Amino acid sequence: MTIGIDNLSEAAVPAAGSWAGHLAEWTARRLEPVVIGLGAILIGLVLFSLFILALGKSPLLLFQLMYTGGFASWFSIQNSLSRAAPLLLTALCVALPARLGLVVIGGEGALALGGVAAAAAALPLAHLLPPVPTLAGIALAAMLAGGIWIGCVGALRHYRGVNETISSLLMSYIAIAVMNQLIEGPLRDPASLNKPSTLPLPADYLIGPLPGMDVHWGFAIGIATCVLSYLLIETTTWGFAARVAGGNTRAAEVQGLPVGRLIVGFTALAGACAGLAGMIEVAAVQGSANGSLIAGYGYTGILVAFLARHNPLAIIPVAILIGGIDASGGLIQRRMGLPDATVLVLQGTLFVVILACETLYGRFKPFNPDLWKRDL
Amino acid sequence: MAVIRDRPLPVAGQAVSVETLDMTMRFGGFTALDNVSLRFPAGGFHALLGENGAGKSTLVKCIMGFYRPTSGSLMIDGREVEVASPRDAALYGLGMVYQHFTLVPSLTGAENLVISRAEVPTVINWAKERRLLADFMAGMPFDIPLDRPVRDLAAGQKQKLEIVKQLYLGRSFLVLDEPTSVLTPAEADEMLGLVRGMTERGELTVLMISHKFHEVRKFADTVAILRRGRLIGSGRVEDLSTAEMAAMMIGDVKLAELDDRVPTSPTASPVLRIDQAVAPDRSGLKVVEIADLGVRAGEIVGVAGISGNGQKELAEMLAGQRPLTSGRILVGDKPYGASRTDTVEHKVRFIPEEPLQNACAPKMSVAENLYFRAFDRAAGGGRTFKLSRPAMRRHAASLVADFKVKTSSLASPIAALSGGNVQRAVLARELTGDVDLLIVANPCFGLDFSAVAEIRARIMRARNAGAAVLLISEDLDELLELSDRILVMSEGRIVYETHAQTADVAVIGAHMAGHH
Repeated sequence: MTIGIDNLSEAAVPAAGSWAGHLAEWTARRLEPVVIGLGAILIGLVLFSLFILALGKSPLLLFQLMYTGGFASWFSIQNSLSRAAPLLLTALCVALPARLGLVVIGGEGALALGGVAAAAAALPLAHLLPPVPTLAGIALAAMLAGGIWIGCVGALRHYRGVNETISSLLMSYIAIAVMNQLIEGPLRDPASLNKPSTLPLPADYLIGPLPGMDVHWGFAIGIATCVLSYLLIETTTWGFAARVAGGNTRAAEVQGLPVGRLIVGFTALAGACAGLAGMIEVAAVQGSANGSLIAGYGYTGILVAFLARHNPLAIIPVAILIGGIDASGGLIQRRMGLPDATVLVLQGTLFVVILACETLYGRFKPFNPDLWKRDL
Repeated sequence: MAVIRDRPLPVAGQAVSVETLDMTMRFGGFTALDNVSLRFPAGGFHALLGENGAGKSTLVKCIMGFYRPTSGSLMIDGREVEVASPRDAALYGLGMVYQHFTLVPSLTGAENLVISRAEVPTVINWAKERRLLADFMAGMPFDIPLDRPVRDLAAGQKQKLEIVKQLYLGRSFLVLDEPTSVLTPAEADEMLGLVRGMTERGELTVLMISHKFHEVRKFADTVAILRRGRLIGSGRVEDLSTAEMAAMMIGDVKLAELDDRVPTSPTASPVLRIDQAVAPDRSGLKVVEIADLGVRAGEIVGVAGISGNGQKELAEMLAGQRPLTSGRILVGDKPYGASRTDTVEHKVRFIPEEPLQNACAPKMSVAENLYFRAFDRAAGGGRTFKLSRPAMRRHAASLVADFKVKTSSLASPIAALSGGNVQRAVLARELTGDVDLLIVANPCFGLDFSAVAEIRARIMRARNAGAAVLLISEDLDELLELSDRILVMSEGRIVYETHAQTADVAVIGAHMAGHH
């Protein structure tokens, strides 16, 4: 005797929910990270205010200066955007591997190597080619250097089981040491006396400003890279495969997905982004590779990526916000007599609160449609 | 919190009675336990039956002080007591043996016993402890070597040691939570027989959580059945038939029945062949060696064995998660590397055990999880680069409807589904489309009856439709029900093969235990 399975369990097929129901659900799922993220920032600001109060200063004045320094005028906005440019790319260096479940924090090293590779490639290329192909060439060199560096982190992780967080951090120190070695040795411009640097790029080979603003093209490149990364993750089968591998490596293996290639590919891509950030710093800001490349962009990028929950599109506003906070550091120093590092305290506080708030996801009924229909 | 007692502590080796009165436990608006009043008389062997989520473990956790019941009270030997913590439960002589071992593998049995005491001296006088332990063990019906590290003991011995540990700690009431799930049939019978002896001598009261009717029939005096947090029935075991117990457990749900077994064609070609395949096991110290294993189209080959004898490794070898050191795996006479191309070309599907951990990305949506097999296939069958979300939603909607996956929405993370529905979703994904080879590992572990029946029926259907099925399971009843042939794995090798219809459980059990 056979009983058809199909008429057995009275399990309900998801109710053909109304149009409004779907919209509510969609909105709830998208609002959750925004609300929790903003809530976390608010908590972070409160904690930071306590710190400022303890120093005997006014947090309100500080926040006002932060706004003035970061966003109040066209000048300060342009300054913020310029600072956001490398953050967009170093944040991608964290966000792309994060979609595979990897926490890579070595963007600083890839940025340094990218900068040096760009400066090194500029020497021969600038003699041979006009500016635009030269810039393309040095960008490629920088992306290769950064890509290979962080790609190694991914390969170590997959094939040798080395923790990627530790290895990327340690390799970052190696990369910075290699950079210092090169700019003080073989690549040093003999004319750079106090501050060892590579030979400067000829002025007409520098990345210029965007039309009508004082913000260099690096910002546009960063935005474009974020958008491309988003499209890669959300609309291609590679991105889907990477998310499966990040969601559960074992499940991905059972599906026959090439987990190793995905990990190495995405980490290399991430490194390429950070390398590109180094190239932009060299070709748009510094003019040569020197110690100023190590300005903490790689580390601030970690904060940006986590704040954006590793969503490449969300990285754009977050990077601008953090760029603005960075930009206001000088003003705070001058007007309030607080050290420049005060903004770093704020960033650190925000980071810790963000991480602590990760556990809140799914806990709030208004944002969790799975709790709506169940009477728990 | 200090506990004020108006009576002396229970005497070790003297059974106590336990009674719950109108015990209710609510979690938010959800009632996990609804006015359950049960009496477990001293010196009885009581069984508690119920499906997953019926409230068995909630009840036991209330008794053991892990939860504080929302309302209701607990009586021990006829007096109301307050058990606010597991520590209080221990004071009253209540103890529990968990489904999974809680012993320290690197320590010997004696060390495990001594360190488990509530008060261990800073400096342990081992000579004295060993003497005391020897005296203690002399009075025990169990015979366990206490001087060997626990990791060297067989599963049955470990389980006995868990029980001995509770007795050593002076328990008079013992909860056994599915105590035989890791034992061979013979080990289970022996262990339960010994415990039963202790209850008959009035040394112990036992409450056993189980879902195996034959164990309940053979060893328990009384049985209580919970369903959805309520006490549905209770009584003496001999007054209830197995069918009555099952009906009370499940309620008015009709179970899927297996399709009739279509005879396997004698000329059916082997779809899967494993030839002298060798791979290291989890510890890396031993190897798993499958000399020769073949599965033909339209047949289910069951692999039996006690957990940890290489079945996991075998499944991993087939899933491409464990590279072979030598030998080969052939599917359709071609070497098989478990790559995406291979799985698509040979139509290989995989249902691993614990599907949420091994076959799903828990935080991805139901729709995305259902799309794992199909996302890179273009309409024509070739590979595609573009991910189509509308196609994904259509695919998911049709699978969810076909397999009756209960989900509040396709956009819900799959981790929000119940275990049975996760398993249904995985089955939907893996059994949709042509399947030539299906590899299944412990598909029903931890699922309720209706889900189990449905999943088994689906596997049988796949077999009848011509798929070759390799079923790796720790549940011998499941293997006997579904398989055409049964292989027994022990210590990384296949040690025995039999036809399922003529199989002798005792012989299979002996091979599982390593007697061959």
